[in-house]
Amino acid sequence: MSAPWVGRALHRVEDPALVRGEGRFTADLPAAHHVRFVRSPVASGVLRAVAAPAGVRCFTAADLVGVADLQPKLALFGYVPIAQPLLARARVRYVGDLAAAVLGATAADAEDAADQVTLDIETLPPLVTAEAAMADGAAEIHAGTARNVVVEAAMATPGHAAALQAAARTLSCTIRSHRQSAQPIEARAAHAAFDRATGRTTLTCTTQMPHLTRTIIADLLGMAESDLRVIAPDVGGGFGQKMSLAPEYAVIVWLARHLRASVAWAEDRRENLMASFHSRDIDVTVEAAFDAQAKLLALRGDVRANVGAYAPYPNTAAVEPLMSFAELPGPYVVPDYACRARGVVTNTCPSAPYRGVARPAITLAMERLMDKAAAAFGLPPEEIRRRNLVKRFPHTSPTGLVYDAASYAETLEHALRVADLPGFRARQAAARAEGRYLGAGIATFCERTGYGSPAFAARGMAVTPGWENVQLDMDPSGFIEARIGASPHGQGLATTLAQIIADGVGTTPDRVRVIHGDTDRTPYGWGTFASRSLVIAGGACLLAARQLHARLRRMAGEHLEADPADIVITDGTARVTGTDRAVALPALARLAYHQSHRLGQGAGLSEQAGYDPAGTFSNATHIAFVAVDIETCAVTVERFIVAEDAGRLINPMIVDGQIRGGVAQGIANALFEEIVYSPDGDILTTTLADFLMPTAHEIPAIEIHHLVTESDQTVTGAKGLGEGGTIGAPAAVLGAINDALAPFGAQLNEMPATPQRIHDALRAAGR
Amino acid sequence: MKPSRFVHHPVRSVAEAVAALAALAPEGGRILAGGQSLVPMMAFRLAQPAHLIDINRIPGLDRPQRRDGQLIIPACVRHAAFHQGADDALGLLLARVVRHIAHAPIRNRGTFCGSVAHADPSAEWPVVMTALDGVAVAQSEAGSRAIAAADFFEGVMTTALRPDEMLTEIRLPEPPAGTRMGFSEHSRRAGDFAQAMTLASFRLQNGLIAEARVAIGGVEPVPRRLAAVERLLTGAAPGPALWRDAADCASACVTPMEDGQTSPALRRDLLRATTRRALAEAAA
Repeated sequence: MSAPWVGRALHRVEDPALVRGEGRFTADLPAAHHVRFVRSPVASGVLRAVAAPAGVRCFTAADLVGVADLQPKLALFGYVPIAQPLLARARVRYVGDLAAAVLGATAADAEDAADQVTLDIETLPPLVTAEAAMADGAAEIHAGTARNVVVEAAMATPGHAAALQAAARTLSCTIRSHRQSAQPIEARAAHAAFDRATGRTTLTCTTQMPHLTRTIIADLLGMAESDLRVIAPDVGGGFGQKMSLAPEYAVIVWLARHLRASVAWAEDRRENLMASFHSRDIDVTVEAAFDAQAKLLALRGDVRANVGAYAPYPNTAAVEPLMSFAELPGPYVVPDYACRARGVVTNTCPSAPYRGVARPAITLAMERLMDKAAAAFGLPPEEIRRRNLVKRFPHTSPTGLVYDAASYAETLEHALRVADLPGFRARQAAARAEGRYLGAGIATFCERTGYGSPAFAARGMAVTPGWENVQLDMDPSGFIEARIGASPHGQGLATTLAQIIADGVGTTPDRVRVIHGDTDRTPYGWGTFASRSLVIAGGACLLAARQLHARLRRMAGEHLEADPADIVITDGTARVTGTDRAVALPALARLAYHQSHRLGQGAGLSEQAGYDPAGTFSNATHIAFVAVDIETCAVTVERFIVAEDAGRLINPMIVDGQIRGGVAQGIANALFEEIVYSPDGDILTTTLADFLMPTAHEIPAIEIHHLVTESDQTVTGAKGLGEGGTIGAPAAVLGAINDALAPFGAQLNEMPATPQRIHDALRAAGR
Repeated sequence: MKPSRFVHHPVRSVAEAVAALAALAPEGGRILAGGQSLVPMMAFRLAQPAHLIDINRIPGLDRPQRRDGQLIIPACVRHAAFHQGADDALGLLLARVVRHIAHAPIRNRGTFCGSVAHADPSAEWPVVMTALDGVAVAQSEAGSRAIAAADFFEGVMTTALRPDEMLTEIRLPEPPAGTRMGFSEHSRRAGDFAQAMTLASFRLQNGLIAEARVAIGGVEPVPRRLAAVERLLTGAAPGPALWRDAADCASACVTPMEDGQTSPALRRDLLRATTRRALAEAAA
């Protein structure tokens, strides 16, 4: 029997077309009409009129008769649903808010025409920050939202107050994660074509969730879902920015149906930075009680998230605060816990999940807390982590999450061995004597992944995602088609799911085709986000593959006149063990379709399976080494170590790619990327010369080490790992900067740690 | 991010270019060389020239030449031409500076003269021109005139060029034998516009500093030489202590721009660092 395909670093089947420039992207499609949106230039105001000169084809809210407002809902945590018209009706609520759609024969014509449209807006004073929006007497951005708080979660374990009193030492820390934008290479784009023969519309768009896009657009426009086909072709990255409905996409579908023609829109980078979804923008205060041995007794958290002007569908405006609330304790044993988490609407671009969601910030809060506590107790930073990490599994967190077996302490020790901290401390001391400031920072964290519907139901979501289905067919040629509801956009699922299916069936991955991203071709599913697809779609694929395998064994037994228990299927051939009798799977497939009466196992070779797991926690320790140029306050990341555990690895090369990309985005969060608003709500970072994405120059080589704790909570033994890089890297880099600045007594708990903020911290410390 | 409509005028000679400019400048006509600053501004519609007079097809403007102790840089010499210049002080300096200009595709297309004419306060070539007392040659239908660096830069993206004048070449005097030069720049990421930069040059006479030149950019609206720093250096003995004093002096004698994300205090510190490092590099 040949070695399993799972675990091999196969080259991605997706790549040849992409690297040859033969990918298919939404903006490649020709269209009869191109759209340019006219957007609000002010953060808050009353939209009195939209005026377009004769000859300019301009559509406004008044044209969208019978179209519903977007209004995602949660049943829990006092969530206040807020309504968003697809095009602004009476109010504009952020710079970039949609006011009108203008048509042109080309994108350039549409932009020329849009330039001639004028908006008559009575400007109102904006509320730009969460602090301002929550202040006494602040105006309600959406009527009925007291202090602009749209969600508030609170809890306290019964022993919490007593634990705080019994503490040998209490420490607190407030961190701030400024606003960021995911910045996929491909910005948002949509193309809708109305078919006059069938009355159906095909929406091709860059999205992480084609089925949900179909559902919500059909709901908004009041049409049959089956009259809409949604295709996600090649998608140039999503990172969460494309897991919420772009209201523009619904407008494009409405226009295609209204005009009975094809209509296209592709946003430019400025629009994406201004009006596609933002992320982060969250403050976390933690207060912790430790006993005399520096072990945590209790933790109290207070989370404030600025969620922007509207709520994204389907996840609502509550994801960042509620995930912080549920997962703040992270990898540490926290016997008693209290937390309050609020989401606050402001006159800024709506915020949506971005790779990592909440956890980069809460990990920063916990790791800064650990470093502060280590200093207070006179312990090395690694020692206080050792004493507090969860070591016994399953572990139930104070918020009721059950952690499956993992290797928190082991990844820490592994990373420490690789890092040689004693050697570094010697180099650090020598460098300080020469006026050079080096630092090391540690981040240990866990990443909740692959969670099914129970986890989403706990948030009270009106739309509760979670499960995935797969339709697995072996066709008469003996090739396998796996049609999945997940919607990969760079994760390489066409490669990894083929590896899983090949092992499950007993064939080779080159005989498996994975079909995704087309609602006409795939079973209903939720899409790809939240580090879920390999675990959940992969689990469904394995279950379906096992069913197909069992059926093929019965057929082979029938065909070869043997007991199915004696049939072994490998490399695409079914054999009777201990004999030379064999039949190739294509021959069996041909029989299944064209001679089905002979085998008595039913017609065709189709299997379906669904999977809805509770979830699994992967984990990692990151160690960053930085140099802080004390004259310019510039930070160089000199070395970055990752010791991670994502359970069974399906394709180690793809795993390493996920980690490297994630760490790069985490370093971006830590040092560079920041969306900045002026006090009057104007966005100041609308080009990539202002919103600083790191380049290859700024990202070091990333050293990756794998530990493997196979999950008993997933059928594949794999855990998700799509977000871990972004989760640990910011805390590791900030920890390293603080270590480097320690001789000055300067502290920095804010990211990005720009030269200006480091300069301010040094000045505050008296340098 | 599509430019508004414009008319493209490819011209074949400088005479044709200045004639076109005379006719079209009143209607918003502008010269197009490498387009690495102008075209992005047009994409954002921050610039909406009705006419572009494209000088890229004019023969003979794409190679720097040495003449009479000067380096002549005609209008279409690309940044990338300076990666491998002459093996002398000036050639090495230009090769040192060019690495800080954006990224390879931009350096292949953008031009030295275009950068000078655009006069972004954070651009590198204006600092080089200022440090070396270079001269800009401006041509119009009325004739040509030479404009000294000190008179050329008037403000942020504002120069002494008249709308009907084309910048046809920059002349950089070759520094005297024995001149030592250093350059230091600070930017957020590799290739970004400078937040501070310093070009320092001097010679040593009997072990003491002579002919000190210290030019800065990225700090104030226009590049300039810092006379106070040059005075401090002249006649002094080189060494780390002097570099620190000169850096402090540079930091104290500027009026930094403020951009919301970089405070004047930080910019002063950045200039202190680039000045000290440029001097140390020149001395090395």
